[in-house]
Amino acid sequence: MNGPETFRARARAALADGRLRRAVLEATIERERKRRTACAELPDAEALRELARRIRDHTLDHLDGYLASLIDSFRRLGVQVHLASTAEEANAAVVEIARQHDCRRAVKSKSMLSEELELNEALGEAAIDVTETDLGEFLLQLDDDRPSHLTCPAVHKDVASCADTFRRKLGAPYAEDPEALVRIARATMRDVFRRADLAITGANFAIAESGTIVLVMNEGNGRFCVLKPKVHVALMGIEKIVPTLKDAAVLLKLLGKSATAQRLSVETHFLTGPKQNDERDGPEHMHVVIVDSGRSAMLGGTYREALRCIRCGACLNVCPVYRSIGGHAYGGVYPGPIGKLLSGLLEAGSGGDAATLPHASSLCGACLEVCPVQIDIPDLLISMRADQASRRDHRPKKTRLIRAAMLAMRSEGRYRLAQRLLRFALRLRAEDGWVRGSPTLTAGWTKAQRDLPAAPAKSFRDLWREDRI
Amino acid sequence: MQVGLFITCLTDTFYPRVGAAVVAVLRHFGCTVRFPPEQTCCGQPAYNNGLTDEARILIERLADIFEPDERVVCPSASCTAMVKRHGPGLFAPGGEARRRAETLAGKIFDFNTFLFDVLGAELDSPAALRPGAQATLHYPCHCRGLITAATATDRARGVVGEALVPLERADQCCGFGGAFAMEFQEISDAMLADKLACLEESGADLLICDESGCRMNIEGGLHRRGRPVRVAHTAELVAEALDLPLPEVS
Repeated sequence: MNGPETFRARARAALADGRLRRAVLEATIERERKRRTACAELPDAEALRELARRIRDHTLDHLDGYLASLIDSFRRLGVQVHLASTAEEANAAVVEIARQHDCRRAVKSKSMLSEELELNEALGEAAIDVTETDLGEFLLQLDDDRPSHLTCPAVHKDVASCADTFRRKLGAPYAEDPEALVRIARATMRDVFRRADLAITGANFAIAESGTIVLVMNEGNGRFCVLKPKVHVALMGIEKIVPTLKDAAVLLKLLGKSATAQRLSVETHFLTGPKQNDERDGPEHMHVVIVDSGRSAMLGGTYREALRCIRCGACLNVCPVYRSIGGHAYGGVYPGPIGKLLSGLLEAGSGGDAATLPHASSLCGACLEVCPVQIDIPDLLISMRADQASRRDHRPKKTRLIRAAMLAMRSEGRYRLAQRLLRFALRLRAEDGWVRGSPTLTAGWTKAQRDLPAAPAKSFRDLWREDRI
Repeated sequence: MQVGLFITCLTDTFYPRVGAAVVAVLRHFGCTVRFPPEQTCCGQPAYNNGLTDEARILIERLADIFEPDERVVCPSASCTAMVKRHGPGLFAPGGEARRRAETLAGKIFDFNTFLFDVLGAELDSPAALRPGAQATLHYPCHCRGLITAATATDRARGVVGEALVPLERADQCCGFGGAFAMEFQEISDAMLADKLACLEESGADLLICDESGCRMNIEGGLHRRGRPVRVAHTAELVAEALDLPLPEVS
């Protein structure tokens, strides 16, 4: 990972970047507003969320069985299946597939899993040229940057910086006009598609009963990826399975609304096997790489429900912390509330300082409110804090302080003593009822742009005892 | 109706007037209020930071203290949520401690819900704000699961009448979050700045906030910036609307 090594330092840098903050705040507020409007269309959004959660839980409960049936379906269709327990194994499988078919020029549609695996780096080392074809990802690849959002990868860039990238990297005329920029990207990409011999995609869902890979896209790049090259490799985490087409329909409905406020994405591909004899288009060879990389270890534990995630990004858009610092500050591949969980649980793509992430939350619960599969992110963050507290190897100072405070709270006498001491200290420092400066006691509070009220001379319990209430 | 008052440590220490208003309003609507002085903390700081053993001890303590009470009323959304939503889950199902935590969870209410839902209180006239005053509502995060934002807004309209104006991103966290406000104070500061920008845009000179943590944060930010916006708890506004006497605090 580039940049500072701690979350705190990265967050500080992001907070100082006015342009980044404006871009992220505007985009996330707009996306959340649209999501709310789109979900209000549903006759019973809560019931649909509940159904989606049950589908995901049921699948996770029987994941071994559904995995076996998915693999059977793939093999029946002539799809070659590669199982990878680690990122290295997954990357090696893709490189080997490329070698086997003598592919040199890959086109890729957007895939967070490939980011998690750092697949592009592995392909580069194997001298396989790879081009990102999602517009946002394409921009980021040109800039040697990485996604900062699950569904809107270049959310941290404004139009001006996109125009600047195209000017520097493609020699295009500078144009602060999204349409002009899209035309430039399209012209560049057409040629790349024409020459491509390998398509790499992720998989939003994989349907066990039919061996169908479902791809959700909006830019037309997906069609080119899966139609032209003779070889298609789809990457999927083991948790992407859905039992039936009907189940996929429920999740697609929620994914479209939650991610982009759409009833359905512009393109929704259902890819069932390579080109058959009576078909005109499609890849001659289809491979699926099924990746574990920490997922099966989550299945049996506290954090299992994080595997329900369908990567819609709604929790990022609504999160006040994400809105303030953007995605890169998190350090890992998956930013935002869900990223705070995944960074500490998946084997790859966690970035530096994942142990701090569970603490960087006010536990406001906005993420749970919007999650289409009802992942209780605040609760899981608390579990992560509890895991750390029980190991006693992280953040000992905060834990010690709270433990001491809670010990005082076990007796009325100690509570009142603590209350009196605090009041005395605050009133000593206060002017007109407010503490403005930064004595050690209150520095954590008043270094921010806020004062601290000095406690009134009498507490409620004092007034009650004196019969004044 | 007989009620026990769970004042919470922040309200007890920093906002005794809110406590006094809660008691005055409850009495006005016919309640007998008991304040058991042994009460301290609901264990929320412990629970939020993963110290579940400590949280369990404090919830058990609270369940004992409020055992005699028919209902328990609390002026803070987050402490109510702690007891109501997280308390029972700290104990193994089927045990005596779990049953006691569930009993407490079942009978505790945030002041707002208790007043309008349980007591069904209605105000004859809204709070007497100065002419031309505008009020708006901050929806504390921990109201999630207790009251919806729409219900909270309706109730606020009942209290201040047509003076209520909308607040952009009313349900976005103000940046408090307990230890978070100090541990990640730069992020907290940015969140607070956004809240205050929305507040300024609303044009309101009164902010209704039924949570002492948010209040301390928002009021602190307003004071630092020298902005004359008053922050008040629903109980204070209702007490004022009913012209109930409250003790002077300083």
